[in-house]
Formats: sequence, C-alpha cells, structure tokens
Amino acid sequence: MRSKLALDAGLVRSCRAAAARVAAQVAEATAGRSSVAVERTVARMLGVDGVDPHDVPLPNALVDHVAELDGLPRGVAAWVGNAMVATERTAAEVAAAVGAGELSLGELPWAEREPIERAIADAHAATIAAMRARCAERDALRERLGEQARPHRYVLTATGNVYEDRDHALAVAEAGGDIIAVIRSTAQSLLDFVPFGPTTEGYGGTFATQANFRIMREALDEWSRANGRYVRLSSFCSGLCMPEIAAMGAAEGLDNMVNDALYGILYRDLNIQRTMIDQRVSRAVNGRFGIVINTGEDNYLRTADAIDAAPSVVASQFINYFLARDCGVPDAQIAIGNSFEIAPSVENGLLYEWAHAQLTRELFPECPVKYMPPTKHMDGNLFMTHACDTLFNLITVATDQEIQTIGIPTEGIFTPHIHDRVLGMECSNYVFTAARSLADEIEFKPDGFIVRRAHEVLREAHAMLEEIVEIGLFAALERATFGDVSRTLEGGRGADGIFDVASDYLNPLAGAVEAPAGV
Amino acid sequence: MSSVAQRASLDAVRPYGDHLDDGLVQLSFTLPVDHGPLAREAALALVRDKMGLIKPEIVHAKPLTPGYTYFVLFAQCQHAVDCDRLAAVRTATRAMSEEEVDAFVAERLGRPIVVIGASTGTDTHSVGIDSILNLKGFDGRHGLEAYHWFRAHNLGSQVPNTALLAKAFDVEADAILVSQTVTQQGLHLHNLTELVELVEAEGKRRDLLLVCGGPRITDELAKELGFDAGFSKGTYPNDVAAFIAQELAARERPPVDAAAPEL
Ligand code: B12
Repeated sequence: MRSKLALDAGLVRSCRAAAARVAAQVAEATAGRSSVAVERTVARMLGVDGVDPHDVPLPNALVDHVAELDGLPRGVAAWVGNAMVATERTAAEVAAAVGAGELSLGELPWAEREPIERAIADAHAATIAAMRARCAERDALRERLGEQARPHRYVLTATGNVYEDRDHALAVAEAGGDIIAVIRSTAQSLLDFVPFGPTTEGYGGTFATQANFRIMREALDEWSRANGRYVRLSSFCSGLCMPEIAAMGAAEGLDNMVNDALYGILYRDLNIQRTMIDQRVSRAVNGRFGIVINTGEDNYLRTADAIDAAPSVVASQFINYFLARDCGVPDAQIAIGNSFEIAPSVENGLLYEWAHAQLTRELFPECPVKYMPPTKHMDGNLFMTHACDTLFNLITVATDQEIQTIGIPTEGIFTPHIHDRVLGMECSNYVFTAARSLADEIEFKPDGFIVRRAHEVLREAHAMLEEIVEIGLFAALERATFGDVSRTLEGGRGADGIFDVASDYLNPLAGAVEAPAGV
Repeated sequence: MSSVAQRASLDAVRPYGDHLDDGLVQLSFTLPVDHGPLAREAALALVRDKMGLIKPEIVHAKPLTPGYTYFVLFAQCQHAVDCDRLAAVRTATRAMSEEEVDAFVAERLGRPIVVIGASTGTDTHSVGIDSILNLKGFDGRHGLEAYHWFRAHNLGSQVPNTALLAKAFDVEADAILVSQTVTQQGLHLHNLTELVELVEAEGKRRDLLLVCGGPRITDELAKELGFDAGFSKGTYPNDVAAFIAQELAARERPPVDAAAPEL
C-alpha cells in the first residue's frame, strides 16, 4: 500500500518498537500468574460444559471446588487430569460428578505426573480438533459461498431475546449485511461466569451463551446457503469471562469477536492485572481458530474529546496490536478500531476525520481496519444522525476501511428496532456503491490540512508511546492516558480471581500463559 | 410581521404541515406481517381505525425479511388540544447562570450546598453525570465542582444504590444526583425506585433532595418515581444548580405565602 500521507517511516518504526516493548513489559508483569477465568477456559478446552444441579456452570463449579482445596496454583488441569486417571472418567464426567457433590478431588491420591499430563493432552487435543474442524468448515463455506466486496458491513443486534435477534439478523442479511454481532447484555461483563443455555431476557443486549451462539450461527448458515452468500457472526470477548467466551466462539464457529485489551479496565472498571492475564488467553484462543478480533479505540472518543484524543487512539492501536501479536494473532485477524466521533458542529470536522481514518489505514496495512460510526453526539434527532452517517459512510469507503460498523439513525435513542438497521444499511449501500472507487482517485495535497493533521497525530502518538515505555502501561492507565479514564493497578473488579501458579502448574493451552521463570 | 402560527388559537392546536390545521403527521413502523396487500391494508386499518388518524397514505413499504414489513405513512390528525386546559407541567425554576447561582446561595442559604452523584446499578455510562458534576462541565459550562458555593462528590459509574446512599450520609449531602442511561426493558425504573425506597426506609426522604437525569429521563417520570426533579438531554449544570439552590432555599425559608412561591 502506497502512503498517500507520506508518513515518516522512521517514526512509524519507532512507534512499533515502543509498542512492542510495552507489550513485552505487560507479558513480563503478568507472567507466572493465572486467573479463575483462565482456569475455567482450560476446563472448557478439556470438554467441560453444562450446569450443576444448582444451575452453576460446571467450569465454575469445578474451579471453585479446586479453589476451596487451595489447589489453583497447580492448575485446574492437574486436578482434573488426576481424577481422570484415578476414576477413568472424562473431564466432563469429572466436572459433572464434582458439581453434583459426588466427587471430591481432594480425596484422590496423586497419580504420577506422566499419565496426568497424557490424559490432559488427549482431552485438550480432542477439543482442539473439534475447533479446528469448525474453523475449517467456516473457511470452506466462506470460500464456497463467497462474500461481498469490502468494506464489510458489521451490524449489531441487541434485543435481549436471542430469538428476536435471529429475526433481526435475517433482516440485516437481506439488506446486505456482512457480519452480525450480538451485543452482550448490560452487566454481563461483571459476571464471573457465563450463563448457560438460550436466553430471552437481556438489557441493552443479549447474553453471550454458547447456546445463543449456536442459534444465531445456524440461522445465518441457513440464510447463507439459501442465498449463496456467507454472512459472518460476531460476539464480544469482554468482561470477567474474556477467555471463556473466546473458547465458546471457537466451538460454535464464530468469525469475528470484539476483543480489546483495555476496554474492560476503562469502561467496566475491571482490575488491570486480571484483564491483562485474561485478554492474553482470550486472544490466543481467537487467534488460533481463525477468529478476527476487533479492538475498541473508538470508545476513547466517547469519553474524551475526539480531536484532542486522536493521538491516544493511535498509541493505543499500536499497543493493542502488539498485545494481540504477542499471543499469536496474525495481522489478518487484527481489526484495528477507529471511529468518526468529532462533534458535527466542528468546522472542517470531516477533514479531521479523513486524516484520522487514513492514518489508521496506513499504519496497519496488513490489518482489516474497522471503522465505527458517530455515536456520542447523536441525539433524538434521528434524521440528523442519518445525515452524519452518510458522511461517515463516505470516509469509510474513501479510506479503504475493511470493516464498518454501520451507523443507525436511532443511535442516540435506543438499541435499534428492526427497521432502523435496514435504514442504516440502505445508506451504507448507497454510499459504498456510489463512491466505490473513490479511494483510488484521491491524492492529498502534500502540505494540505489532511496530511499535516495526520503527521501531527502520529508525532504526538509517538511521544505518548515513548512516555508509556518509560512509565509502563499500568502507570499510563492511572494517568488517564486513554479516554480520560483513570484506573489503578490494585483497583477494579476481579482482582480476587488472580493467583500465582506453582512450579508444577499444568495448563494445556501451551504458550498462552507463561510458566514462571526457571520452570 | 405576524406568522401564521400567531394567528392560530391555543385552544385548538393541531399538527402543522404546510397549511394551518392540516393536522399532518408522519409515522413509521414495522408490522410482523409478510410484505403484500394484506400488510398494507393492516397498516392503513391500524392508523385509520385504531389510531384515530384520517386519510392515511403509505408512502413507503419495504419487506425486511419474511414475516416483517416496514412502512412510512402520512396521515391527518383531526383532534386538537386546548393548551389553556393543560396542567402546568414544569415546576418553575428561574434560569440562572453559574455566577447567579453562587450569589443566590450566598445570600439565601449562606452555606455551601453538598451534592453527591453517581451513575447507579450496573450502568457504566458516566459522561452524563460527569458533565453535570465535574469541573469541565458540559458544552463550555462548568460543572458543579467549579461552583464556589457547591461541594460536589462524584462516585462515578456502576455504583450500587446502597453505596451511594452510605456516602451521601457520610458527607451530609443536601442532594443526591443519579444518572441512568440504559433504559432497555425498564432497567432504570428498577434502579431509581430502589433508591427512593432505600432513602425512605432510612427515614431521610425529607432531608434529601433527590434528582435524577439521563437521555430518557423526564421530569414527569422522575416525579412519578418519587424524585424531586428529572433532567434530560440538553441539560446544563447551571440548570441543575439553579433548581437545587432554589428548592433548598424554599425549603429552608419557605416564602410567606406558600401557595404562590416567588423565587
Ligand atoms: C458513550 C456511550 C457508551 C460508553 C460509555 C462510557 C462512559 N464511561 O460513559 C460505553 C462504550 C462504555 C457504552 C457502553 C454501553 N452502552 Co452506551 N452509549 C454511549 C453513547 C454513544 C453516548 C452517551 C453519552 O455519553 N452522551 C453524552 C452525555 C453528555 O449525554 P447524556 O448522558 O444524555 O447526559 C446529559 C443529560 O441526559 C443529562 N444527564 C445525564 N445524567 C444526568 C444526571 C443528573 C442528576 C442530571 C441532573 C442530568 C443528567 O445531562 C447531561 C448533559 O446534558 C450513547 C448513544 C447516544 N448518543 O446517546 C450510547 C447508549 C446510551 N448506550 C447504549 C447501550 C445499550 C450500551 C450498553 C448496554 C451496550 C452493551 N450491551 O454493552 C453498554 C453499557 C453497559 C453497562 N453496564 O452499562 C444505548 C442505550 C439504549 C437504552 N436506551 O437503553 C445507547 C443509547 C446506544 C444505542 N442506541 O444503543 N456506551
């Protein structure tokens, strides 16, 4: 990709080097630690699912049981593996027995290490094989049915009822949508468990459950086959169950997932360290199974000024990118987030947006950058929102964004009604068609507003990154570097779910969690 | 120059399109019916026979997915309202700037007003309450933190009602300010009602001003739920400050003629 902005390649390299260093610092700071969510993910990756007689999800029942034995430092896998060897049951059967109160893992004698590791490796391999097959099936279906030209239109449903979401998703598919994302219910992020089964009651979103994923995937597959065009499914890996939701997504053949390293910290007040540990495993799982992740820098512009905060968006994009790379997510699966959030009253606001969007595009040439619509300044005047969305659509196509979350006229009022999304889609379709090759036609004036602004943002982002390397990401978060939100290392929810792993810690998600030094 | 509107009489007000009293309204909705003549007839019948509008006209109809059709219609409203017979909806608060509020509090109360606010329950939206309370304020106007005669405490978002109340007692707050943004399935109603109940259970309802706000909150809703006032989109910090100051002044030193408070 040729740079239309004539960016300073040395400066870009320096940004990347600084961000890579920040990611490495985070990995170092969290090495040797795991969390209850990571352990529940391990349980799921061994085939544990379902609920106990009190409706407690079995991964929770199991991990809570091991925690009561003070056994987490060994890793839940060690306990399950031992029980598998001793009782000749599968991991799922062990968890069910524990959940039913029929089996106490603390009462079993410890077997040799070797058979335990073998039992775990086999169980894990079986899950991996099933997920790989799911992933291959997706690739084949996408290949066979085909997809539309990019930008891909990403559309949210959020009725609270998975069956209503299903109908809304089909309406989006009819209107030309490429990716359907079911947004989670309010407060799911704060739950330290994933609800089980299909759900019909959510607030401002629908619970992310494995059954809900399946219901949506089946409906979209049916539509895709009938209409000869593949429609993708997305959800959210955020909150206290980031890694578990990633595993569920892999099991059910999701194509995309929102997976931002910092979102939970900044916008749900989750503990920094807990989130850093969880995001690593979550993203490792997404990366392994072909799921495209979306980062969420757009959010900063909702709590901070969209012009002032532009450099922090770029700094965060680099950090988010390297944190993802660090756990094995390839470039083609990292959809870097950016957004169109400048107040409509700002003179030349469109030029600023153009500069920012083009900058993101050029900084991450191998990534499917994802563009978000105006939200913060949208209000009850839905016609004005529609007008703003039109310009947003123009920038999307003119800067070669690959994924676009479509703008919806009722953004400032409620989660969309079934026809609101279709109106948004019509606007997107119109602009994408009418301006399809606009990006190819455009060159920027070398000393013009857009080029100058892009350089300015990059320079300031670079300065921020240099400072973050100096003080570390955690201190930067405390100083409200992102979104004007300040968070402390010890504060926030979920810190009680972190623990230090022992020297004999067992976790089959190899490489996802570092062993402590010297082991 | 007199506009057409000035010539209309307030005792029979109808919607206006381009001719006085034409009653024109626009509607859009989806029916869970397959696109086709039946769906069209259903839309027209609904508007004409049940909504009480006349001459409905479908100007746009679109199938969304099997089983759903979207409509845009125009119709005429023949009914009218008599504005003179409407109960006064708003409590009259005199508009005041930041400086005017400060001067008013200094003169009428002679002590700082303590306010505490939060976005409660599981609601993570903090921009609304921040723009009322924080120094930076909203749209170029300072938040209450900047006022000389206000002491503002902002607990942020996702704050349980119980925690907010405990802290309110702690700082001896005059007013509690609650923000609610997520309203889907009536989530905010539960949260707001719970706060009022907690305050009443403590026997402190009379000692505290309860104010709520958010994009979908109205003054009427707030009062219905037991709050003293509610504020919506477009609220400036000085609007809230003026209300709190005037209300406290009225309560601490009620005007002589209570029936006709003059502020
Ligand atoms: C920013 C934003 C976010 C940010 C919030 C960041 C933060 N720390 O605040 C993030 C990205 C985190 C977010 C998350 C979610 N959001 Co949101 N968000 C918005 C957005 C874009 C802007 C809101 C905003 O900041 N407005 C600017 C402020 C200044 O306006 P305001 O809040 O109305 O405040 C003014 C007045 O109302 C009043 N006021 C407000 N509070 C108070 C209090 C008092 C006491 C007083 C006197 C006055 C007052 O004064 C203010 C100044 O005038 C709106 C869309 C929109 N344009 O409204 C969606 C929106 C509010 N979000 C929505 C939803 C559904 C969510 C989620 C539930 C999505 C999900 N399923 O995850 C989550 C929330 C999860 C949770 N646990 O709460 C919906 C709400 C739908 C509804 N009616 O229920 C909206 C409308 C978007 C949509 N169309 O779907 N969101």
